[in-house]
Amino acid sequence: MDKIELKINGRAHSLEVHENQSLLNVLRDELDLTGTKYGCGEGQCGACTVLVEGTPMRSCVTPAASVQGHEITTIEGLERDGQLHPMQQAFLDEDALQCGYCTPGMILSAIALVNNNDNPSEAEIVDAMQGNICRCGTYSRIVAAIQRAAHNTKEGVR
Amino acid sequence: MNQNNPSNWMIEPERYELYSAPMYTFDLNRRQFLRTMGGGVLVLSLLSQNVTAQETRRESRGRQSGQDLPDEIGAWLHIGEDGEITIFTGKVEVGQNIRTSLAQVVAEELHTPLNTIKMVMGDTDLTPYDAGTFGSRTTPAMSPQLRRVAAAAREILIDLAVKESEVDRSLFVVSEGKVSNREGDQSYSFGELTKGQEIVQTLEDNISLTPVDEWKVAGTSTPKVDGRLFVTGEHRYTCDMTLPGMLYGKILRPSSFNATLTSLDTKEAEAIPGVSVVRDGNFIGVTAPDPITARRAIEAIQAEWKSESQPSDEEIFDYLKGHPVEGRGGGWGGSSQESGGSLQEGFAKSKQTLEETYHIHYIAHVPLETRAALADWKDGKLTVWTGTQRPFGVQNELAQALQIPRENVRVIMPDTGSGYGGKHTGEAAVEAARLAVAVKKPIKLVWSREEEFTWAYFRPAGVIDIKSGLDEEGRITVWDFHNYNSGGSGIRALYDIPHQNSQFHRTESPLRQGSYRALAATANHFARESHIDSLAHEMKIDPLEFRLKNIKDERLRNVLTAAAEAFGWSEKKSTEDRGFGLACGFEKNGYVATCAEVEIDRQKKQVRVLRVVESFDCGPIINPEHIKNQIEGMILMGIGGALFEAIRFENGKIRNPNFSEYRVPRFGDTPKMEIVLIDRKDIAPAGAGETPIVTVAPAIGNAIYNSTGTRLRTLPMTPNGLKV
Repeated sequence: MDKIELKINGRAHSLEVHENQSLLNVLRDELDLTGTKYGCGEGQCGACTVLVEGTPMRSCVTPAASVQGHEITTIEGLERDGQLHPMQQAFLDEDALQCGYCTPGMILSAIALVNNNDNPSEAEIVDAMQGNICRCGTYSRIVAAIQRAAHNTKEGVR
Repeated sequence: MNQNNPSNWMIEPERYELYSAPMYTFDLNRRQFLRTMGGGVLVLSLLSQNVTAQETRRESRGRQSGQDLPDEIGAWLHIGEDGEITIFTGKVEVGQNIRTSLAQVVAEELHTPLNTIKMVMGDTDLTPYDAGTFGSRTTPAMSPQLRRVAAAAREILIDLAVKESEVDRSLFVVSEGKVSNREGDQSYSFGELTKGQEIVQTLEDNISLTPVDEWKVAGTSTPKVDGRLFVTGEHRYTCDMTLPGMLYGKILRPSSFNATLTSLDTKEAEAIPGVSVVRDGNFIGVTAPDPITARRAIEAIQAEWKSESQPSDEEIFDYLKGHPVEGRGGGWGGSSQESGGSLQEGFAKSKQTLEETYHIHYIAHVPLETRAALADWKDGKLTVWTGTQRPFGVQNELAQALQIPRENVRVIMPDTGSGYGGKHTGEAAVEAARLAVAVKKPIKLVWSREEEFTWAYFRPAGVIDIKSGLDEEGRITVWDFHNYNSGGSGIRALYDIPHQNSQFHRTESPLRQGSYRALAATANHFARESHIDSLAHEMKIDPLEFRLKNIKDERLRNVLTAAAEAFGWSEKKSTEDRGFGLACGFEKNGYVATCAEVEIDRQKKQVRVLRVVESFDCGPIINPEHIKNQIEGMILMGIGGALFEAIRFENGKIRNPNFSEYRVPRFGDTPKMEIVLIDRKDIAPAGAGETPIVTVAPAIGNAIYNSTGTRLRTLPMTPNGLKV
């Protein structure tokens, strides 16, 4: 077991982890931050997406030890004083979910995109989000939600 | 045969995973129940014999003496002494948004804001028995019950207000959660009226409901009631739940299906600190303090298996035809053979005939949340949280598997990360429970993606043979349709054909199979609508015109023309790189038509679905936005089954049990979609969670044909690219 320090949603955590224990595992089973989901364990579905210094990463294939010293953001870290992040609100406004299981991963991937590109075209959205699976098939609504959130962020709506 | 009479519905024969009809007694003393709920008003919906009996059908049994409550209860509504409204239903939420639509119909009758309604769903201790959330049954069968109990509760509240105020009944109006005198100043909140009351009413007769065309809450695009919980990650799926002292479970899987264990050595696993190994016949599992140790423990078990030679996906179609199962194909459902007229006469009258064979591969449901269960065994009572479409079915499975009385088993179904017909069975629940009973600690067991691809059940593979005949005017005179193994759902052609025979033949299946979204209606519509198009081409008649020539059914004609018009069908001309196709269908009292535009890239050997217009008629619509969401979702799912999804297997092993080798539709596969909803307020409602998927594959196949001249007769059509 190794001792590591992780900074998640602004808070520091000291943990003991197994060799190569994934960040996903640490979040869900050590810290009870269950908003980040297990979908495949192979980095193929995006349900486990978190932001590391704003970059989207598949936490299921990211060793927890490898992201020490970096600012990690999970779905739990988006809300501010009871106010949803514009991306979260946009998903609700566009009815961009059904079972909701892919939603946290989608939201984080989407935030990373919009932070880098404040007016993404549909093609750019599709390209950036291709690694996230929604089996319920709400893709067109997620695209609309991302465009809405991008617009709202530009307009300064929070 | 009256298609709209729900009593003619039956459990489809190919729901193999429902291996036994449940025998169930709900023993509860009425007064005791009310004491558990607290005082207030309780309204129970009693099932009449025909309308909704299917929901809770049991083996027939008379009323047992000493039992206050009748067996056949569909749903109940409770208004507590504080005015809190709770609906109890055995139906469950898997993303299809019935949690919202059912709340809407209750709010409509009870005249109370939506956020004052709490829904308790799928808890075997608290909710009435329900056969399962499948078959598009919730809207036609559960929704009317909830409307009735809500309307009855409303009337009781008015009664209470009348007693309280001695004002004439006709002056009271219920609105915004209050009962008010429109002429005086008496106004009561629900809580003010229910305080100190202990009213229990069993609803037997029909009660007057708000007419559908007067709906103000139902019929609107109400947002998902608890959507906020999902966009924040707050909602706990089964896999997110924890209990104090919980351990993690994992199961040792055989090396292949039908393998026999020849040697087992668990010493190394048992030596790992915190690990217990549990063995019960062929059941071998471990418990550990964390999931990583559990996996390590499984890997430390030395097991040898003797495997058997079994067919592969490459020989599956010959295998199915070569291994019939004796007896009527209908299983426990009804007739699988629908005939009219005489085939001999029909073929004699035909100017030309066409014979085709279609092949359907096994596919997987791929719910994004894998099977999971949290089992707690305490003081002889088992409580299991698990994502399943049949909490009462799983309760039965657990009682049988563990040999404990059903009354000591409670199954709770949290809103779950999808099912699509693939979560009717409780494998994870049984596994977690067995471990929990053995080690006497709560056990969480979550299937890996590979396990979900391997050890669940698949949509059946099949072979479909069609032989048909036409007269010189392009009217279909004869139709002989045979489905081998895939199933009997949607086998009946709604075309106006005087001589027809549609038959389902059971065969052996090397893979475990069962329900899928719309079941075999996906396969049967693909074969039928592709064949219909082939017939149209034989006659050189436009596919839309040909269908209208051969369909009398008003509602089917309606969705077809609605979709074609919205699509601009008459202006579309297929070219070398653009194909336009259409298909229509009928299933579970829903009518659907799909038009598809595909792009053919002959160089890259690829097909892309560019645009889909789909028209759907399921009677009165409770939530237009949610239905559109469902239909769009089914178009995406349908594209997967149409073009690239297939389970590859050989000798009892699944060869592609992961996302990198089993392709599911992604953002890049999403076409432009337009949904044309036909809102029929004048007829009985049908469900909407399945039917819209059935016309997607044939519309795409027909579009490909119209561009390339190649008829693709296998699902999936282009697993390795387009071969023209």
